[in-house]
Amino acid sequence: MAALASRKTLTFGEGGLALTFAVTALLCLIGAAKAQDLPFAFHAYLAAGASITAVFAIFNHYFNRAPELPPQVIDGKPNYQLGPIKFATYMAMFWGLAGFTVGLWAALELAYPALNLDLPWTSFGRIRPLHTSAVIFAFGGNVLIATSFYVVQKTCRVRIAGELAPWFVVLGYNFFIVIAGTGYLLGVTQSKEYAEPEWYADLWLTIVWVVYLLVFLGTLIKRKEPHIFVANWFYLAFIITIAMLHLGNNPAVPASVFGSKSYVVWSGVQDAMFQWWYGHNAVGFFLTAGFLAIMYYFVPKRAERPIYSYRLSIVHFWSLIFLYIWAGPHHLHYTALPDWAQTLGMTFSVMLWMPSWGGMINGLMTLSGAWDKLRTDPVLRMLVVSVAFYGMATFEGPMMSVKIVNSLSHYTDWTIGHVHSGALGWVGYVSFGALYCLVPWLWNRPGLYSLKLVSWHFWISTVGIVLYVSAMWVSGILQGLMWRAYTSLGFLEYSFIETVEAMHPFYVIRALGGALFLLGAVIMAYNLWMTVHHGVAEEVTPQLALQPAE
Amino acid sequence: MSILGRHQVIEKNSILLVIGILLVIAIGGMVEIGPLFYLKSTIEKAEGMRPYTPLELAGRNIYVREGCYLCHSQMIRPLRDEVERYGHYSLAAESMYDHPFQWGSKRTGPDLARVGGKYSDEWHVTHLTDPRSIVPQSVMPGYPFLAATDLDYMSIAAHMRANRKVGVPYTDEQIQHAVDDLRAQLNADDPKVAEFQKRYPKAVVRDFGGNPARITEMDALVGYLQMLGTLVDFKLYDDKANLR
Repeated sequence: MAALASRKTLTFGEGGLALTFAVTALLCLIGAAKAQDLPFAFHAYLAAGASITAVFAIFNHYFNRAPELPPQVIDGKPNYQLGPIKFATYMAMFWGLAGFTVGLWAALELAYPALNLDLPWTSFGRIRPLHTSAVIFAFGGNVLIATSFYVVQKTCRVRIAGELAPWFVVLGYNFFIVIAGTGYLLGVTQSKEYAEPEWYADLWLTIVWVVYLLVFLGTLIKRKEPHIFVANWFYLAFIITIAMLHLGNNPAVPASVFGSKSYVVWSGVQDAMFQWWYGHNAVGFFLTAGFLAIMYYFVPKRAERPIYSYRLSIVHFWSLIFLYIWAGPHHLHYTALPDWAQTLGMTFSVMLWMPSWGGMINGLMTLSGAWDKLRTDPVLRMLVVSVAFYGMATFEGPMMSVKIVNSLSHYTDWTIGHVHSGALGWVGYVSFGALYCLVPWLWNRPGLYSLKLVSWHFWISTVGIVLYVSAMWVSGILQGLMWRAYTSLGFLEYSFIETVEAMHPFYVIRALGGALFLLGAVIMAYNLWMTVHHGVAEEVTPQLALQPAE
Repeated sequence: MSILGRHQVIEKNSILLVIGILLVIAIGGMVEIGPLFYLKSTIEKAEGMRPYTPLELAGRNIYVREGCYLCHSQMIRPLRDEVERYGHYSLAAESMYDHPFQWGSKRTGPDLARVGGKYSDEWHVTHLTDPRSIVPQSVMPGYPFLAATDLDYMSIAAHMRANRKVGVPYTDEQIQHAVDDLRAQLNADDPKVAEFQKRYPKAVVRDFGGNPARITEMDALVGYLQMLGTLVDFKLYDDKANLR
């Protein structure tokens, strides 16, 4: 035993990472001491604390581990690393609940402005980016990292590349979320939508993202399967493109290296184009390509059917990633962006309808021969309905990108409705479906605690989505029409504030829809928690009850 | 089938897949963004445009910090109702010094691109402090803390230097006198007002926040709001100049 222990040595990764974090902690403490503003000092202390914790964690891991590294294969089966995936799964559920709650609060602030409380930290302008980042990057991001690490290992039949690197990715990414989120509340923002975090958070995310790419690519490279599975193409495109967009949209010069405020390199019309090239493709690659990867793995797996068409997958993949990048200018119709760029954006947005529906067809038709499972398996139902919502949102998007439609819809709640039919219906449901599959797999449970609760979640949140989306459609179109309404004498019919007043009932309905969606997620969190800590419930099945063979 | 057959090559080589993805995703952005840096309509200069005064820049930073852009656009589209409601449609040149741009994407509240001079300072101060005291149906948050918070302006020169690094043509003189200029813009009796106005032609000098005893965030934000859209004189602007 002693002889074994004496042979235990620090790996290059462990030593190097511990040293890097030690140096980082020192630099952060210097930064905190010289900080120009309070939020920067706060973040520097947070980073110093996290770095010191990381050094301890690395040594703790070293002292507790066996002398030799975990084997790549056990009994002929790949020894998958599941720890980081479990962590990201937990975080996804946590951030999901947090993000939905903040969203509900923001919705209520619009209906009842007194809820802004007249405080800086609770006003809508700071809460709204907290909501969007929490649901997109914290909830969605953790779902993507968790599923991508799972899928890439399973479909490559190999243990993930790196021992500490996957942990670095999940922990580093969640630390970025904490910095970004606390920053918003303290007023630290670049004001670029969905890219609000300031320069130091951006730098940190860049490091984490490069490691993410290396881990993912490294796992692909050492795969035991000759082919790279289609879900991995989508994950890879998502990771690479987000890196490109992040670097393109965010270059900035800080006013002081010890202060939180920076000025982005681009200005005016160029900045607008960069922003929506980024913004639309955050939708296209974060919220679409990444989650399509989930669809391509989890739908066939859950339905126990092969993907409908291999050819369609190829066409879907390349046409989707090629066309999406062009669609950004449809966020800038009738602005000071040149007309040709707007028209180009519109044209490609309309073309994008085709690959989007190609993907939808590929996902839905995978159910061929297994449609009966929709009756018995609410998880599969959730996955399939998510694809249906995807189809709906990707029809609505091209329609709204047509300039004449956009002249009405832009600046109104219609956009918010459109985004949420995609975000709640597609991204939300496909994530929920994936998590419902993933948790029993990761914790070695025969199934979920309760499928009945999944059904409740499904129906409650579906009612929530319908309320939300239809309220926003009506309020958006109403507002657009009121803005452009003229009296018979040729005067503008409504003052702006009259259009604000008309929105109130719809804002209340929207908040109700959001509350139902949140309620569904709370049921889910309980169900997953019980699955992990309790296992499958002994269902008190009355009389007959043919249980699904899950 | 042959093309799809050849796809197997990419499917079996992760590096080729990476290169393929990079090529495919790079094209759209290059075509759409590249020309914006040299086309006349996107880099035209409009008569009257000048960089923000130190006070306006500080006010703009508060506008950004509070997320005003999430409910207010600063981009008037050339549509009849918008031009009649808000004024002349926005020009690219009007946001040429904006790092970052504040065009926005949602109008929960009205467009602010030309709000400068539409209301009195007192209206803005009261409205920002308690919006529903002036507009009962408003859903805007109140910002009473702005008037109670001293403006942190001692580092404003560093902010102007950062702006210069990204292309805003601040002169050495403007940067050197930044703090004096900020104070002068709020006090018409300040001996340095003449110098200030030479450095920033047509900048308005007065105590925007309504409390001469203090320089608060309210001073800066109202100062910024009151200059929005006022720089270009549309009686002189030739909107046909860019037609081809």
